[in-house]
Amino acid sequence: MKNKNVIEVENLSKLFGDFAAVNNISFQVKAGEIFGFLGANGAGKTTAMKMLIGISSPTSGKATVAGFDVYKEAESIKKNIGYMSQKFALYDDLTVKENITFFGGIYGLSKKQIDQKRCELVEELGLKEVTNSLVASLPLGWKQKLAFSVSLLHEPKIVFLDEPTGGVDPITRRQFWEMIYKAAHNGTTIFVTTHYMDEAEYCDRVSIMVNGKIEALDTPKKLKEHYKTDTMNDVFLKLARG
Amino acid sequence: MKRFVGFVRKEFYHIFRDKRSLFILFGMPIAQILLFGFAITNEINNVNIAILDQANDVTSKEIINKIASSKHFSIVDVIQQESSIESIFKKGKVKAVVQFENNFGNNLIKKKQANVQVLTDATDPNMASTISNYISSILKKYQQELNKNSTIDYQIIPQSRMVYNAELKSVYMFVPGVMTVILMLVSAMMTSISITREKEQGTMEILLVSPLKPFQVIIGKVFPYIFLSVINAIVIVLLSIFVFNVPVNGSLFLLGVESVLFIITSLALGILISTISATQQTAMMISLMGLMLPTILLSGFIFPISSMPLPLQVISNIIPAKWFIIIVKGIMLKGIGIGYIFKETAILVLMTLLFIGISVKKYKIRLE
Amino acid sequence: MGITVSNISKSYGKVTALSAISFDVKPGELFGLIGPDGAGKTTLFRILTTLLIADKGQAAVAGYNVLNDYKSIRKSVGYMPGRFSLYQDLTVEENLNFFATIFGTTIEENYDLVKDIYVQIEPFKNRRAGKLSGGMKQKLALSCALIHKPKVLFLDEPTTGVDPVSRKEFWEMLKRLQKKGITILVSTPYMDEAALCDRIALIQDGKILEIDSPSAIVSHFPKPLYNINADNMYGLIESLTKYEHTYSIFPFGEFVHYTDKWDSMDKESLKAYLESQGLTDIHIEETQPTIEDTFMELAK
Repeated sequence: MKNKNVIEVENLSKLFGDFAAVNNISFQVKAGEIFGFLGANGAGKTTAMKMLIGISSPTSGKATVAGFDVYKEAESIKKNIGYMSQKFALYDDLTVKENITFFGGIYGLSKKQIDQKRCELVEELGLKEVTNSLVASLPLGWKQKLAFSVSLLHEPKIVFLDEPTGGVDPITRRQFWEMIYKAAHNGTTIFVTTHYMDEAEYCDRVSIMVNGKIEALDTPKKLKEHYKTDTMNDVFLKLARG
Repeated sequence: MKRFVGFVRKEFYHIFRDKRSLFILFGMPIAQILLFGFAITNEINNVNIAILDQANDVTSKEIINKIASSKHFSIVDVIQQESSIESIFKKGKVKAVVQFENNFGNNLIKKKQANVQVLTDATDPNMASTISNYISSILKKYQQELNKNSTIDYQIIPQSRMVYNAELKSVYMFVPGVMTVILMLVSAMMTSISITREKEQGTMEILLVSPLKPFQVIIGKVFPYIFLSVINAIVIVLLSIFVFNVPVNGSLFLLGVESVLFIITSLALGILISTISATQQTAMMISLMGLMLPTILLSGFIFPISSMPLPLQVISNIIPAKWFIIIVKGIMLKGIGIGYIFKETAILVLMTLLFIGISVKKYKIRLE
Repeated sequence: MGITVSNISKSYGKVTALSAISFDVKPGELFGLIGPDGAGKTTLFRILTTLLIADKGQAAVAGYNVLNDYKSIRKSVGYMPGRFSLYQDLTVEENLNFFATIFGTTIEENYDLVKDIYVQIEPFKNRRAGKLSGGMKQKLALSCALIHKPKVLFLDEPTTGVDPVSRKEFWEMLKRLQKKGITILVSTPYMDEAALCDRIALIQDGKILEIDSPSAIVSHFPKPLYNINADNMYGLIESLTKYEHTYSIFPFGEFVHYTDKWDSMDKESLKAYLESQGLTDIHIEETQPTIEDTFMELAK
């Protein structure tokens, strides 16, 4: 199981008119891996991610996610992945409990399963006091941690995290990463984008996209050795500045 | 002044680059006028009518034959006394009664003029007007034929009378109504949306932290809409004159001035809405529910105010559109001057001042 | 002529956004407000740019009181709110032109000030602002905030959501602007950017944790700090959390930053403990604390 590829991408491209937002990218992600997906604004990260989560159809190339084809089996992909983004994670005007029930429901969990999961989750995140409070009233960090847990409710094989920690305070950010480690330890594959370069170092492997292409893909350690720098930030700057 | 011009230029960029608002601005008025116009001037066919021939002479018989042979009407009843008219209408069997006066033929020859009364059931006012127009034209045609062969000028005078709806509701009523609705829509909704858009995008913050005074921002935002609304009013009037032959009996200048007044009233309302709503969506909802519906339903545009229950009649007084419709109706259809619509104009002016007053008070120089 | 803030408090209903904040920004200084979302940075910016009124306390910007002289302040400051507040449907040039006009000036008049920044986006001057990338929007927003030659520049999270390359370029631009005598107050949630400011205030939950130069703040870190790494990050964190001498641990890049309960810590016994937990390839060495370490220590 550990070394099986759960994401396989081969020569994947997406064109908007003449413009290749994603230009012939190929990579594999192994089960249980934390895969960092980096790139400057406009480098094509979001477009690539949209294709992988089945909400945008590629122009050409092959890709399978959790064993399903992105062209034909987008619906099956959606059932087998979790997704969380900085822009939208939870409904602010629903309570913690209502959010959990809602998201559990759309992934087809039974009422009993939802109740059980909710108890576990609330316990683990220490949200007991606020289960009936509106999500809007929670601090950002709590919201993001809750959102991550919610994206894991249906025990997906892969979780896609789109800049999950933007603006979160440093302590909560680390608690968030500890949750990621734990999920990965339990076999969930993590596919994450971030603008914090120190977070890139937490990943098992990192890919860096520049102008629609993947310019580098390796462990943070090997990338730093290869580009002769001390930090991932410098690797990124070297690559993205060309 | 340069700041103001710069501001207004920016507003025009916004308007012309947003296909949606362009459509609302120009597509809507034209579409509405054409829709209402054609829906209302629909042809009539085989409408049941009755004849009350008190003359019973050659001339009246000839005219009755003409009416009977027209495809528009079928004569289903001939009544003998005036007193039967009411009952025949009540039964709903006919839509109109054509009544020839005593000695119709004689009057025509001796006095050179004779009267025909056209009574229509005005519960359907549009139908009623159309019927009376059609019958008038049949009479006119007969009169022309008569005059062609003679040196004497005979006149048949049709007198239209509407039953059950004494207030004259002409087919042309839709023009003042549509004009009111459109000016309200464009002015109030579009301004409130364009101001709240700045709040939503965060640009209002920058405008506030600039040396621009609040009233400069507001005037800059509404000015383009005054301009565009005036163009709209002109388009509506032109369309109704040339496509639907609606007459403008009164002064065009007065109509223009009153329209600008109503546009300003609506803009003031739009500004007021924008001060109480934070998002474009809210502004749109308030404009639609709070302005459009009352304007359409309570202003007398579609339902006559006099037939509303009393509470609604009272409420209708606070709807600016009610007063504007009276004004436009007066100028366009009755051809009256400012003297007759002074009260309505004064009410609109007061309302406008009130709205502007409240908005200035509510408009914040800060964010909260 | 800089900024003075004394005892500013502000609440929204029951939520306290700022509680008794005080600090000074000297003229010509590049001052950073460093803290996560929800710390109260935006509220403070809005009070200083006269958009909000504080519940308590006094503040002055460029010598003007924020309450009474708000008109003078609005003439002399440049403000770049959180989300780049541009007109999405106007082109780059039209945006800049518009902001120049409302401040009663022209692009030509102050071109030298924005030139450095504007030349980078000038090739796209006929493109609508909505179609620009994050980095370009940020440059345009900065140009717009500068076009009237403000004395004080307020930048609220100018680098949020912008990639590291654009962020680096942005800070280089700020340094150049500072040389032209503009006082700059900038906020950011990115701790690594703090080092680029002259002085910083660390802010969390409406309170200032500390104010000083970045190097002084780092030197205040109370304990020796150690980098630890091993073959299995998750196992390492788990084991250290359970370790009896652990004072604090935080994942930090490829390492875990560790402080011990005791000032003299025993590396060998820690290593032995970690090995007993089944970890291999263990390295422990002392390291220099960063601003983020200090922030976390203060915020604990």
